[in-house]
Parts: sequence; structure tokens; C-alpha cells
Amino acid sequence: MIANFIDYLRDRLQYLTWFCYVAMAFIVIWSMTVDTHHAHTWAEKMIPGFWSLFGLASCAIVIMVARWFGKSGIQTREDYYDN
Amino acid sequence: MTTSFMHPALIMIIGALLLPLVRGPFRKPYMFLVPLITFIDVIYLSQHPGTYGVFQFMDWELTFGRVDRLSMIFGFIMSLMAIIGTIYGMHVEDEWQHIAAWFYVAGSLGAIYAADYITLFLFWEMMAFASTFLIWARKDEEALAAGYRYILVHTFGGVVLLLGFVLRYQATGDLSFDQLNVQSPEFYTWLIMAGLMLNAAVPPLHSWLPDAYSKATATGAVFMCAFTTKTAVYTLIRSCSGFDVLIYLGIIMAIYGIIYAVMENDVRKLLGWEIVSQVGYMVAGVGIGTSLAINGACAHAFAHILYKGLLFMAAGAILTTTGRQKLTELGSLYKKMPATMIFMLIGGLAVSGLPLMSGFISKSMIITAAFESHILWAGFALTLVSAGTFLAAGLRLPYLIFFGKNNCSEETWEKAQDPVWNMQLAMAIGGFLCIFLGCYTPFLYNMLPNTEVAFHPYKAYHLSETIQIMAFTAFGFFMLRKYVMPKNTISLDLDWFYRMGGRAFLWTVKNPLQWFDTALGNFYKAVGINCLMTTSAFWSWFDWNGIDGVVDGSARCIRAIGRRVSIVLQRGQIQQTIYYTMSFAAVLLVAYVWL
Repeated sequence: MIANFIDYLRDRLQYLTWFCYVAMAFIVIWSMTVDTHHAHTWAEKMIPGFWSLFGLASCAIVIMVARWFGKSGIQTREDYYDN
Repeated sequence: MTTSFMHPALIMIIGALLLPLVRGPFRKPYMFLVPLITFIDVIYLSQHPGTYGVFQFMDWELTFGRVDRLSMIFGFIMSLMAIIGTIYGMHVEDEWQHIAAWFYVAGSLGAIYAADYITLFLFWEMMAFASTFLIWARKDEEALAAGYRYILVHTFGGVVLLLGFVLRYQATGDLSFDQLNVQSPEFYTWLIMAGLMLNAAVPPLHSWLPDAYSKATATGAVFMCAFTTKTAVYTLIRSCSGFDVLIYLGIIMAIYGIIYAVMENDVRKLLGWEIVSQVGYMVAGVGIGTSLAINGACAHAFAHILYKGLLFMAAGAILTTTGRQKLTELGSLYKKMPATMIFMLIGGLAVSGLPLMSGFISKSMIITAAFESHILWAGFALTLVSAGTFLAAGLRLPYLIFFGKNNCSEETWEKAQDPVWNMQLAMAIGGFLCIFLGCYTPFLYNMLPNTEVAFHPYKAYHLSETIQIMAFTAFGFFMLRKYVMPKNTISLDLDWFYRMGGRAFLWTVKNPLQWFDTALGNFYKAVGINCLMTTSAFWSWFDWNGIDGVVDGSARCIRAIGRRVSIVLQRGQIQQTIYYTMSFAAVLLVAYVWL
């Protein structure tokens, strides 16, 4: 049943992608209407969609640092230790 | 007030010792009953806080049962996880695994209720030894080697802890296990902290965790992911709260773990790195040390045990049915393992802190505590890691196992299916609790040790913050996913030093030292041994025929008994010998204390 539903979605990947973009836009717009009374720093109050940018930047940083770190010789062949 | 005290660890130990006697149709109900009785005992104790089980041992006063709010919440979650883990492993025939797991749980519960360093140390070592058998139970060469590395590292940690509290005893004459003076730490404070830290996998003492957990049996890893690190978090809360250095170490740990998790190809190693990262939150919380931060560390440990257990159970289900645990050998499994997929998604979303899930209500307490203590960089760093966590465990892991490119061999694909009923039941309980904790916050919040602070996670601003971060992390993953595809690699880590260092030592022993030894041996053989042989031949003859003849053949008799004993007890398997020794020591101790 679940597998069929996933197949159904996979066949309509284009629509799903658009749906996600709309949802993201909605989330950002909603975030601007929320009371920032509980914010910790001025940046959160002044920059609209601060946490969206923060999330995207965090994700990119983690991926890129991991990639650079791995390529710098940390990632190596599987039989490196022989056991 | 007189309340009868039955130590929960004792129930597990007795249960484990009797397990081999319970066979056939009684085995499964028995396996369910023992952790259940332990759990009921823990709940009973939590209604009766106080100090129990105080014994005089030589000059020292040993306290086995300190029941207060802090030990209550940890006792509760550990015994609950023991039930879930035992249900998960119920189909396993190998009784050694169950015995080891129960001794391991007993060690954890014992350490939690211990109020002095000697008792703590006793149960601490019990945990280390028992859990090693959960790795060895896998019975392949890799697991054997990983088990030896694990036990050596933990023995080292135990010795550091021992050294720390013995020095403290020498300096202050105090053995009670309580808050240390972290404002002006002595050398022994650092040693005690390092010993505890090793079990919490704080860098640079963390490499044992992903190494061991990825090599343990499917059931073993479910137990291991819950007990060792979180018991260590408990001991850190008890002794080192407010120790500044833990904030830095915790955040290094959280970031370090997540970077390695993103690079990892082995599913259970990836989850191991996730533990390092998540325990980093708790360690940072202990370092911040405010009431809210300590509550956060407890709540996060509680939630973490459940969702990480769930993730390890799902990974174990994949390993059990397909025999594979590398991302490069899996993929597109949603068709074959839909139930496992749901449970892994629940676990992945809970660890990522999706609203209405357990991670959301616990992780945010620590982050809020960091902001409220005006340690802004720590708050932002932990928020960055929560985005990374969602990337590694909520997106990349399920995507590569259940969706994405199908890397399964034909054989793997044939074998892939949802696991047996008891594994699914255990996952269902875990999954339910992950959602229940997130939806009904008082259940967890009422158990937290510091009652004077209140925390409300479901505020519009906080919800908007979390949802924005998660949505845009997902977007980032979608755009950059080709950079995080799995590769057939391993990632070098600090264990390189002891794995390669061990080899250098071996080489030194094998080559120069061995040569010298051989030369000496040859010399001795040529000169010394001939004289010795002649003399000893005479004495042997004299002893056998002269002396033994006089005492009526008693030597012959004893030799025969010795042979029988060594056939039964010394089978040449070091694991079994250690087990017998440990059991014997445990029985002696129990006999000494209770009889």
C-alpha cells in the first residue's frame, strides 16, 4: 500500500517538486508574520527569513566541509586496516 | 520510613543467570517478564526516593541505592529500553547474547543508582565487559578484532577513572560520588572527568563507538546504542555539571560527529557517528550547567535512547534480512521493506527534531539554555548541527536506503523483507514513544530533575524557526545531493593512532625483540637445558614413585579432577573464561553483600 503510494508520487515527481517549492515559499512568508519577541539576537529580528538562510547555509557548509575533509585523505580504501 | 529495597540491577543479574535453565515454550514469556519486573521495580522505587542498600566494606561505606529525581529518570528510560531491546532480540537463539545484554543493563542500572565511586566502578566495568560479548557474539573476524579494541579502550578508561577517584580519596578521604568542585579543578577532577568522558565518546576519546557499534550483532547494537554513552552522560551530570570545558568539547563533538556521518558508507557506523553528535548536545548541556540545560541534557538523553534505539533496530532489521549494511549495497528498498522504512523515517525525523516528535522537545531545551546563558556561538553551532542531523539521518540515510538508486545485488533484493514479528513490535513501541513524547510533553517534562524551571517548546516563533531550518536543509540536500552519494571508502579517524601504533609495537616485538629472544633461547638450549633435564628427570621419578606412593595416590586423584574441570571450564575460548570469571566474581560479591 505504502509502496504503491510512493510509486504514485514518483510518477508525478514534477508536481511534487512544485508543491515543495510552494510550501517553502509559504513557510518563509509565514515566518515574517510571526512575533519575533522570543528571538535571541538582533539578526533574527532584522533579517527576514533568517532561519531559512541559516538552514540552507548550514546544509551547504556541512556537505562541503565533509566533501573537502573526505577528499583531503580522510576517506580511504576499505581494506586499509586489513581487518 | 521502611521500604523494602530490591535493586533493579540484581533482578537483571539473577534473571540472566537463570536464563539458560528456562527453555522451550517458557523462554519467550520469561524474557519478557524479567525486564518488565525490573521496570516495575524502578517505578516502585521512584515513588520512594531515599538512600538504600548501604553496606560497610572494610573501611568504606558502599551505597548501592541512591534514589533521587536524577537517578529516577535515567533508571526509568534504561529499564524501558531493556524491555524494548529484549523484545527486539527475542527470536535470537544464542543465549549468550541475552545473558550479556542483561548483565550490561544491570551494569548501567547499578551505575545509575550508585552513590560512591567503588560501587560505580564495579558496575562501570561490568558494563564494559558485558557489552564486549555483544560484539564478539557476531563471531566473525572483524567483530573479534573490534571487540578486543573496544575492551582495551574501555579498560584504559576504567583505569583513568580508578586513578582519578583513588587520588581524590587520598586527598580528601571522600569516596562519595557527587558534584565535583569544577570551579577550581584538581588533577584528579580532570582524571575522573576523562574516565567518564571516554564512555560518553567525547573526542579525542570517541573512536571506539562507531568502530564497535557497527561490528556488534543486530540486537547487540540496539542495546549498546542506549546504555554506555547515556549512563556516562548521567555520571557527567552528577559530577561535572557546569564544567566550562565540556561546552567546547560538546560542540566539537556535535560538529565532528555530523561531518563523519555525512561521509559514512556503513549504515550502523553512520548511526554511531550520529550518537557522537547527539551526545555532544548533552555534554554541552552539562557544561552550561544551568537548571534548564541540565533538564535539557536529561530530556535529550531520554528521547535519544528511544529514537536512536529505533534507528538501530531498523538498521538491524536490514542487516538481519539482507546481510548488508553498506549504503553502496542497498537502495530502493521501499518496495520490499515498507514497515522498516516507516520506522526508520520516524526515527530519522525524531532525531532531526521535527515538531511533534521527541527530538523537538528535548534538543530545543539545550539550545535555548545556550542562548539564555548568552553563549550565542554555542546556540548557533548547535542549531547548525541540528540542520546537519536532519541532512544525515532524516534525508540522506532514508533516501539512500529506501529510495534513490538501487544498488542491491540480485541476492540482496531477493532476501530483503520486513523482519519477524517481535522485531517489528519492538520498533512499533519505539516509534510510538518517539511520537508520544513529542505530542504529550508533560510525560517527559514531569520527570525532569529540576522542577523550578518550566519550558514550552510549542511557541509560534520556535516552530517557525524549526520548520524553516528543516525545509531549507531539505532544499539544500535536493540541490547538492550528488556530493553526498556514498562511496566504497572508510574514513580515517583518531583510532588510526592506536591501530597503527599497535602494529608498530607488534613489529618491534616480532623483529628486534624476537631475534634477541631466539638467540638467547638457542644459547640456553645448548648449555643450560641439558643439566636441568637430567636433574629434573631424577626429581620427577622420585616425586612420582617415592612421595606420591606414600600419600596414597592423592596427587593422581587431584590431577584427574583438574583434568575434568579444565575440560568443562577452560575450553580455550577466552570469552567463555572471562565470562566464568566475571560470573564467579559477581556471585561472590552478591553473596558477600546480601548474605
